[in-house]
Amino acid sequence: MISIHVLLFAQVAVDIGQAELQIELPDNATVDDALAALSERYPSIALQGHQLAIAVNADYADIGHKLSPGDELALIPPVSGG
Amino acid sequence: MTTTAKLPDLSKEEIQRYSRHLILPEVTLTGQKKLKAASLLMIGTGGLGAPVSMYLAAAGIGRIGLVDFDRVEFTNLQRQIIFSTQDVGQDKLTAAKARLEGANPHIKIETHQVHLSSENALDIIGDYDIVIDGTDNFPTRYCVNDACVILRKPNVYGSIFRFEGQATLFDPRVKGPCYRCLYPDPPPPGMVPSCAEGGVLGILPGIIGTIQAAEAIKLILGQGKNLVGRLLRFDALAMSFKEFRLRRDPNCPVCGDNPSITELIDYEQFCGIRGEESTTIIRDGQDIPAINVQELKAAIDAEEDFELIDVREPHEHQICNIRSASLIPLGQIAGQLAQFDPNKRYVVHCKLGGRSAQAVELMRQAGLDAINVSGGITAWAKEVDQAMPTY
Repeated sequence: MISIHVLLFAQVAVDIGQAELQIELPDNATVDDALAALSERYPSIALQGHQLAIAVNADYADIGHKLSPGDELALIPPVSGG
Repeated sequence: MTTTAKLPDLSKEEIQRYSRHLILPEVTLTGQKKLKAASLLMIGTGGLGAPVSMYLAAAGIGRIGLVDFDRVEFTNLQRQIIFSTQDVGQDKLTAAKARLEGANPHIKIETHQVHLSSENALDIIGDYDIVIDGTDNFPTRYCVNDACVILRKPNVYGSIFRFEGQATLFDPRVKGPCYRCLYPDPPPPGMVPSCAEGGVLGILPGIIGTIQAAEAIKLILGQGKNLVGRLLRFDALAMSFKEFRLRRDPNCPVCGDNPSITELIDYEQFCGIRGEESTTIIRDGQDIPAINVQELKAAIDAEEDFELIDVREPHEHQICNIRSASLIPLGQIAGQLAQFDPNKRYVVHCKLGGRSAQAVELMRQAGLDAINVSGGITAWAKEVDQAMPTY
């Protein structure tokens, strides 16, 4: 198992009610696996992976990106306010 | 941008006005002339457009275009500091133009009183060097992005939500990423609340807008390290900035290596119909049944058999409410579906109609008889109970 630190922004943070959390994932898990684990644990997350910008260790990443222990995964939903 | 040879002169008054710029080695007389020679289009004269246009006018950007079609409302004044109380009811551009010309008579303010769309975006944007995106909705953001990529114009992006904001610079001239590289697909309608639905800290667009203004000035001066390829995210509650490195997506439909979108499209269709503006919400191809506030009033007066549910938050319910409504915030609806009576009719409202549509969808999926109130309590306050405060 690997432990990943997750940063949540905007609507996703509102949906879950917290701005960061820790998740455990199987070895070789990808960003997509992390998203699946999160939406299972927090069904209130309404936005899907392809509707979010995702960064791993502050680098924009796609959902196939393979995660390593201690990675910081950021979910950055679009915001439209002006 | 204009070359040094063609730069305009500064008058004695202008030299005095810009003296604190002129003594900066990064600006100098030449840099100030570049600012005077530059043209910039501010799309949206709202929370972001207010500080952006005020600082850029003060800084001496020679020609500033403003795009907006709204009128000033009381709810704008908490953050749109370009407007005064006496401007309420007036069209935004007339008020903004007067304020900016008052701030700096040496510049030209142009107004475009239109809804920016695929019909006019290329014409309007094509006439300016730099675009600043301060719009408040997804269709216009995608439209501005695509037009800027097609016209190869730098697009200084900023966006806000409650206490947090994002800013970056999309610059197709240097093959930087575009908005679609960041967000290829728009969120489903109603899923991301606007400032009107979600609220916004008044100072927040001041912070994000001044970041956009600083990026525009640096771009014109050719100074410093700009935000191309970096998404700057600000959180006012944590008072922290965080930066994410972006990259251009070679498969991006607009700025990728083989773009499939080479002209503007129908952005309202691309993003879906927005909940708060339509009487029925179309999602997953299914219409959500709705009544308007007049019909709701008639049903209450006739003592029809139904239960009215308010799915707003308690602090919103406190501001104003329809007396017979029971408060069940949207976030609690899913967990309470089993407690609703399948033989009863539920009429659901929120502030504008977006959240209640989501609640109705959840309730109907659970086999309940639920309908939405289009326009929400805001429409009720406008059409049925004029004494009710709006927010």
